[in-house]
Amino acid sequence: MLSGGDMLIRALKDEGVEYIFGYPGGAALHIYDAIFRQNDVKHILVRHEQGATHAADGYSRATGRVGTVLVTSGPGATNAITGIATAYMDSIPMVVISGQVQSHLIGEDAFQETDMVGISRPIVKHSFMIKHQSEIAETVKKAYYIAATGRPGPVVIDVPKDLTHPAFTFPYEYPDKIKLRSYTPATRGHAGQIKKAVQLLLGAKRPMIYTGGGVVQGNASELLVQLVDTLDYPVTNTLMGLGAYPGTGKRFLGMLGMHGTFEANTAMHHSDVILAVGARFDDRVTNTVSKFCPNAKIIHVDIDPASISKTVTADVPIVGSVESVLTDMLALIKDSSEKPDSEAITAWWKQINEWRERHGLQHKARFDTTSDKIKPQEVIQAIWDVTKGDAYVTSDVGQHQMFTAQYYLFDKPRRWINSGGLGTMGFGLPAAMGVQMAYRDATVVCVTGEGSIQMCIQELSCCTQYHLPVKVICLNNQALGMVRQWQDMQYAGRYAESLYEDSLPDFVKLAEAYGHVGIRVTKKEELRAKLEECFALKDRVVFMDIMVDQSEHVYPMHVAPNGSMRDMLLSKTERT
Amino acid sequence: MRRIISVLMENAPGALSRVVGLFSQRGYNIESLTVAPTEDPTLSRLTLTTLGDDHKIEQITKHLNKLIDVVKLVDLTEGAHIERELMLIKVKASGAQRAEVKRCVDIFRGQIIDVTSSLYTIQITGASEKLDAFLLAVGDAAIIEVVRSGVSGISRGEKVLSL
Repeated sequence: MLSGGDMLIRALKDEGVEYIFGYPGGAALHIYDAIFRQNDVKHILVRHEQGATHAADGYSRATGRVGTVLVTSGPGATNAITGIATAYMDSIPMVVISGQVQSHLIGEDAFQETDMVGISRPIVKHSFMIKHQSEIAETVKKAYYIAATGRPGPVVIDVPKDLTHPAFTFPYEYPDKIKLRSYTPATRGHAGQIKKAVQLLLGAKRPMIYTGGGVVQGNASELLVQLVDTLDYPVTNTLMGLGAYPGTGKRFLGMLGMHGTFEANTAMHHSDVILAVGARFDDRVTNTVSKFCPNAKIIHVDIDPASISKTVTADVPIVGSVESVLTDMLALIKDSSEKPDSEAITAWWKQINEWRERHGLQHKARFDTTSDKIKPQEVIQAIWDVTKGDAYVTSDVGQHQMFTAQYYLFDKPRRWINSGGLGTMGFGLPAAMGVQMAYRDATVVCVTGEGSIQMCIQELSCCTQYHLPVKVICLNNQALGMVRQWQDMQYAGRYAESLYEDSLPDFVKLAEAYGHVGIRVTKKEELRAKLEECFALKDRVVFMDIMVDQSEHVYPMHVAPNGSMRDMLLSKTERT
Repeated sequence: MRRIISVLMENAPGALSRVVGLFSQRGYNIESLTVAPTEDPTLSRLTLTTLGDDHKIEQITKHLNKLIDVVKLVDLTEGAHIERELMLIKVKASGAQRAEVKRCVDIFRGQIIDVTSSLYTIQITGASEKLDAFLLAVGDAAIIEVVRSGVSGISRGEKVLSL
C-alpha cells in the first residue's frame, strides 16, 4: 500500500528513470517528500523550471532516453511551457509531471492554479490529469510509452495535490506492458513502396540523400552510413540531423537550408532524386516551396504520416520507422541486380566537387582570416581542434548556433544538441547540464552568445551544486547578432533594440561569483591557448567570454522571399 | 469542398478539446460539430464538417489520427453516405401566415411540436441543404429563432466505423 506521492516516484523508478529535473512548490510537496524518502531516483534542483525542461531535453537528446521533469502548479507549470514547446518542435521524448491544486479547488481560481492540461495542449504529444490514486502507475507507464514511441514528444501528467497525500494509501502494481487501442505507432514501411523507392534511387543520375533529426532520434545513423557508402551518393543533414552522417566524411556536403553550404543547397536544387529520411521539409530548409528542387522526384521516409506531403509533395511516401525502412532498403539494394549508374554518379561527384571548391566552407576560409578581430567561425574551428571533434556541443540560438552547425564537424549522432524547431534562446546551458548528468566524464561545451546565455544564466548555480563542469563558450559580439544581421540586411542598419549600450555584465566576475572560472579573450593570438586552458580544467565550469567581431554575418544565406534552394548570399558582396 | 469527417474517439475528459484545439491551432475551420457517446460508453462519436481542398483534408485526417484519443476516423464524403441534421425553429404564425407556414412544414415533412397563438415551433430533419431550403422558403421575416444540431452522418451499405 502506497500513497499517491510514493506511487509516483516508485513508478518512475520502475520505469527506469535515473534523474528528475525539477523545482518544488506547494502543490508538489507530497511528491517531493516521497523523493526525500528514497534513494533510487535522483532529483536535480534547477534554478528555474525552464531550465528543468531544457536539462531533461538535453539529457534525452544525448542518451536517447526519456527526460523527466517535475514542477509545481501555476507558475511552475507555466515556466515549463517554453521547454515543453522546445521538446515538442524537435520531437524529443519527455515526461513532465506537474503538481496541481487539490481536486476540489480546481476551477475555483485557487492559489497557484493554472489549467496545465489546457495550456500545454497544443505543445504536447498527449497529456493526462490524474483523477484517482489507482490510475497513477498505469498513467506513468502510458506516458513513457507514448513519449518514447512513434514520433517522440513530450507528455504531461497533471497531479492534484490531494491525490499524493501520504494519509491515503492504495495497492500499487506497475504494469509490465501497456496497450492503447487508439495508439499504434507505425513500425515497418510498406514493402511495395520501399521497392519503388529503391528502383527510383538506383536509377538516379543526380541523387541526394537528405536526412534530419529522425535518423538521430531513430538511432539509424549506422544504417544511413551504410546506405550512403554502399551507393556512393552525396548526403546532406538538416540542422537537427547533424552527426547522423560523419561531418568529416567525404560524401558529406554539410548542412542544407537557410544557412546551409553552397554545395548542399546547389546539389539539392539540381538533383533528380531526393531521398528524404526523418526530415520534414521545414521552411528553413526549403526556401520557397514552389521553387524547391524543380527536377527532383522525392522519396520521403518518416514515422509521422502527417509530416509526409505536408509542405512538399512526396512522389514515394513511406511511413515507417527510419531504422526498419533503411534496413529494408539496404537489403533490397544488396539483392538487386541493378546498380547505380556509375558514369552518371561520377559526373555528379565531379560537379559537386567543383561546387565545393568554388564556395565550400571547408575548402578554404570564407571569412577574413587576416582581420585583427576574432572571427566567430575561427572560435568554433578552434573548439573543434582543441576538443578533437569529440565533444558534446549544445548551443543557444542565433549566429553562434549557425556557426557551430557549419564549423563543428560532428562525426557522431547525439553530439549536437540545439533547439532547431522552436529556436529557444536559453536552451544551451541547461541542456548542457542534462548532457553532463548523463555522461559525467564527457567534455560538454555550451556555445552561446551574450544574449542567449542571459536567458538562463541562473543555471550556473545549478552547475555548482551538482559539480557539472560544462564549458560555456560565449561568442560575445555585444549585440543580438542574428537580429543585427537581419537589421543590416533588411532594415538599412537600424539596430532596433539589438544593442545593450554598455549594460552587459562582467561575465568573468559573474562566473567567479558562482564559484566558477571565468576567462576573457580579447586578442586573436590568445584564443587557442586560452581554449586549451579552459578544456584542461576538467573538473571546473569555465565561462569563456570571447570578444568577437560584431560585424560578422552568417553566410551562406538563402535569398528570401521568392528564392529557390540555390539562391544564396555568399558574403556581404557576393550572391549566386 | 465540404467534407464530413466522422471520428470514433475515447470518451475521456479533454478528448474533445484536443480535437477542437487541433483545428484552431492549425488554422482549419469547423463548419459544424456534433459529439455524443456511442452504444459503448467508453467511445464517443464525433462528426464534423469542414471546408478544404484534398491537401488540407489529408492533413486534417492525418493530424486527427495522430491524436492519442482518436481511435478511428472516416471521411464520409469519400463514399456513399447519409447525412442528417436536426433543426428546431420558431416561426411567426399569425393571420393568413399561419396556414401558409403549416403548408410549408408539410411540404418539407417537418413537424410542429409546439404552438402559441402567434408562433409555431417546428422540428425538421434532413440534409443540411434541405434545412437551408426550408429557411429560405419560410423567409427571414418570419424566423424568430433557429437551433441546428450540426451534421451527423453514417456510411451507406455494409461499411461501418467501429472498433
